[in-house]
Amino acid sequence: MASPIEQFQVKPIIPIINFTNSSLFMIGAVGLIVGGLLYASRKRALIPGRSQSVAEILHDFVANTLTDTAGREGMKFFPFVFSLFMFVLTANLLGMVPGFFTVTSQIVVTFALALLVIGTVIIYGFVAHGLHFLHLFVPSGVPGWLLPFISVIEIISFLSRPISLSLRLFANMLAGHIALKVFGGFVVSLGTAGVGIALLSPLPLIMAVGLTALEFLVAALQAYVFTVLTCIYLNDALHPGH
Amino acid sequence: MADPHKRSGEDERKPDGADDADLSARLKSLDARINKASVQRAESEPRAHSKTDSNAIGQAFRYSAEFVSGVVAGGIVGWLVDHLFGSSPWGLIICLLLGFCAGMLNLLRASGAVKPARYDDKK
Repeated sequence: MASPIEQFQVKPIIPIINFTNSSLFMIGAVGLIVGGLLYASRKRALIPGRSQSVAEILHDFVANTLTDTAGREGMKFFPFVFSLFMFVLTANLLGMVPGFFTVTSQIVVTFALALLVIGTVIIYGFVAHGLHFLHLFVPSGVPGWLLPFISVIEIISFLSRPISLSLRLFANMLAGHIALKVFGGFVVSLGTAGVGIALLSPLPLIMAVGLTALEFLVAALQAYVFTVLTCIYLNDALHPGH
Repeated sequence: MADPHKRSGEDERKPDGADDADLSARLKSLDARINKASVQRAESEPRAHSKTDSNAIGQAFRYSAEFVSGVVAGGIVGWLVDHLFGSSPWGLIICLLLGFCAGMLNLLRASGAVKPARYDDKK
C-alpha cells in the first residue's frame, strides 16, 4: 500500500524548464476555466442555454458575494475575485479526480494566492486612502496608555491574515485527501489480511464513499470561504476608517 | 406564581416605614429574574447558533487556522525584529506573546464574540 502522503509529491515532468505535475494541473485548471467559460458564452444568447446559464450563475454568485460584503464599489475588484474563486474551485475539484494532483494542497500555492490578496489590499489601501489607511490599526474607544499595545496586536493580527487564509485552504485539502487515502488503504489491507477479516473490508469502503461526498462539499466550501474572506479584506481596503 | 407575590409587595408598600426595605426587596427579585432570563437566553442562543452551523469540522479548521496564524505571524515579526536590530532573543519572546494575543483576538472575532475589525464608529 502506498503512503498516504505520496500523492502530494511534486514530480518534474519536463526537468529542463522545471515543469512539474503541479504546474501541469495549474495550467490544466486555468485552461479548463478559460475554455469552459468561452465555450459557455460562445452564443451570447439573450435566453441562456444550459452551459451559458451555469456560467451566469457562477458570475452572479461571485458578484453577489462581492457586493454584499464590499458594496457597489467592490465591483472594481470583480475580475480579481472571480479569477481567484474559479481557480481555487477548479483546482479543488480537479484534485477530487482519482490520480490527479491537488494544486491547493501545496501551501506554496495557497500562500501565493493569499499574498496576492493581501498585497492588493495594502497597495490599494495606501493608493486610495494614503496614511488614512493606517486607521485600520487604531481602534476607537481605547484608553491612551493601551493604544500602542493594541495597535501592535492589531498589526500582527493583520499580518496573520494571509497566513490564516492560506493555512485554512491548505489544511482542509491536505487533511481530506490524506483521510481518503488512509480509508482506501484500509480496504485493501483488510481485504488481503485473511478470510475472516476480509469480511470487514466493506466498512472502510462505506466510510470512503461518505468521505468522498464530504470532500466535494469541502472543495466547494473552501473556495467559497476563500472568496468571502478576500471580499472582507478588500472591504477593509475600500473603507478603512469611516 | 409571580403575580400574587407582586400584589402582596404593592400592598406592603402603602405603609411609609416599610418603603425602603420593600423597594430593595423588589429590586432584588427583579435582579434575580433578569439574571435568570439572561442565563436562559445565553443558554438558548449558542444552541440555535450551533444548529445552523452543521459543518462543525469546517468551523474547527477555521478557528484553529485563525489562532495558529496569529502565533506564526507574531513569531515571524519577532524573528525579523531580532534580525534587523540584533535584539535576540527579546524581540522573538515579546512578539510571540503579542502574536498569542493577536491569535486570541482573531479567534474571538471569528467566533463573533468581539466585533469584527471594522471601525465604523471612528471619525
